[in-house]
Amino acid sequence: MAGTSYKGSQITDVDQFIKGGGIESDREKEIGQHIGYRYDVNLLPDYERLTPFLKAYMEHMGWDDLNWLEDTHMGYEEGRPAVFDRNINGWVTIPEDMALPDNQQDRDMIARELLIKFQMSPNHPLAQLNKAYRKF
Amino acid sequence: MAGVNEQSSASHEMGMHTEQLSGRSQQTFFDLDEEGGFTYTDSFDVDYNKRTEIDCNNLDAKQINLGLRDAMANGYGTVVIKNPGAKHSIAVGILNRLNLIIEGSLGYFGCGLIDGPNVRITGRVGWSCAENMMAGTIVIEKNAGSTFGAALRGGDLVCKGSVGSRTGIDMKGGTILVGGDTGAFSGFMMQRGRMVVCGNAGKNLGDSMYDGIIFVGGEIKDLGIDAVPGEVTDLDRAWLTRKLKMYDLLPAKGVDHFKKIVAGKQLWNYDNLEPTEKKLIL
Repeated sequence: MAGTSYKGSQITDVDQFIKGGGIESDREKEIGQHIGYRYDVNLLPDYERLTPFLKAYMEHMGWDDLNWLEDTHMGYEEGRPAVFDRNINGWVTIPEDMALPDNQQDRDMIARELLIKFQMSPNHPLAQLNKAYRKF
Repeated sequence: MAGVNEQSSASHEMGMHTEQLSGRSQQTFFDLDEEGGFTYTDSFDVDYNKRTEIDCNNLDAKQINLGLRDAMANGYGTVVIKNPGAKHSIAVGILNRLNLIIEGSLGYFGCGLIDGPNVRITGRVGWSCAENMMAGTIVIEKNAGSTFGAALRGGDLVCKGSVGSRTGIDMKGGTILVGGDTGAFSGFMMQRGRMVVCGNAGKNLGDSMYDGIIFVGGEIKDLGIDAVPGEVTDLDRAWLTRKLKMYDLLPAKGVDHFKKIVAGKQLWNYDNLEPTEKKLIL
């Protein structure tokens, strides 16, 4: 089939897209970019693995669970671990010297924590744009 | 025009027009020493224990929404809206944590574009409730209209009654929970997220869905194109039980009877398929 053959459920190794570089199928090589998600978007969080920061965040917001963060996972962009920030519509890359756990659930918890800190920072690109361009 | 010039000047002073992008990495990196809080930098600091009321009689939608903004600016973390009168576009664009109680019903586009608040609506809602919702929770005690949670991006959207057609159309994340039935074309072009229907689902459920999960506790009239049954895992059951219990929607017989619908993923990269392949899918 000319379309993608990759599916999230076919992930067999947590480092699959770090080792592989991201471009795998013939079609992906032809167009020079990957097709489909680099992670299982349907993977539900394991609440046994919540970090203290995430617990505090849930309490602050008045939520009983991770709410919108249930959709946040650690993905892989250009062969490097990264988190997709929907507010800037782009990937934010994990620093190279940061050690990652050996399972996806723990990696997802780290991704959630990093994403909140990034989005709520005064250095976030949207905060900068807001400062420069807001009208009212 | 003075305001425009000031804005233009601000963006120039910040270097946004002189930035040289060629020849450098376009990647954005996390800073591990970032000291971000739990809320956006320009959001209001509110206290859930500080409560106020807004009576919507003789107020239009803009006045009500500005009233909500003023309440948050003054630190009120719990706001009760009385007599909403099914007016349209109420409680939209709230990018703040807030405990919002709406005593009555909303018209079209209620609670759209919100990011963070917890909303409870004691009545019904019209079309496109919570469209483009980013985060937070919305609980509707009665029924909802069509395109409930259209383009939902995150958060929990709960209707304890039944909803109309095209529920969760184009949803890109988040969770929709329906205590009753849902109409035709629910989950149409769904891209990700989860939808749970405790009752029955109408025709063409999950039509052209790209990804995501739909759980249905009752009967499914029929499935749409590229929507296929999936296997319910232990993680799914645990998640369903926890989520339904959170909103008092857990059926007495549990969740073992729920069916799971996922994308067949045959429509991915559709434009690049050969005509014969397209026919096979459609």
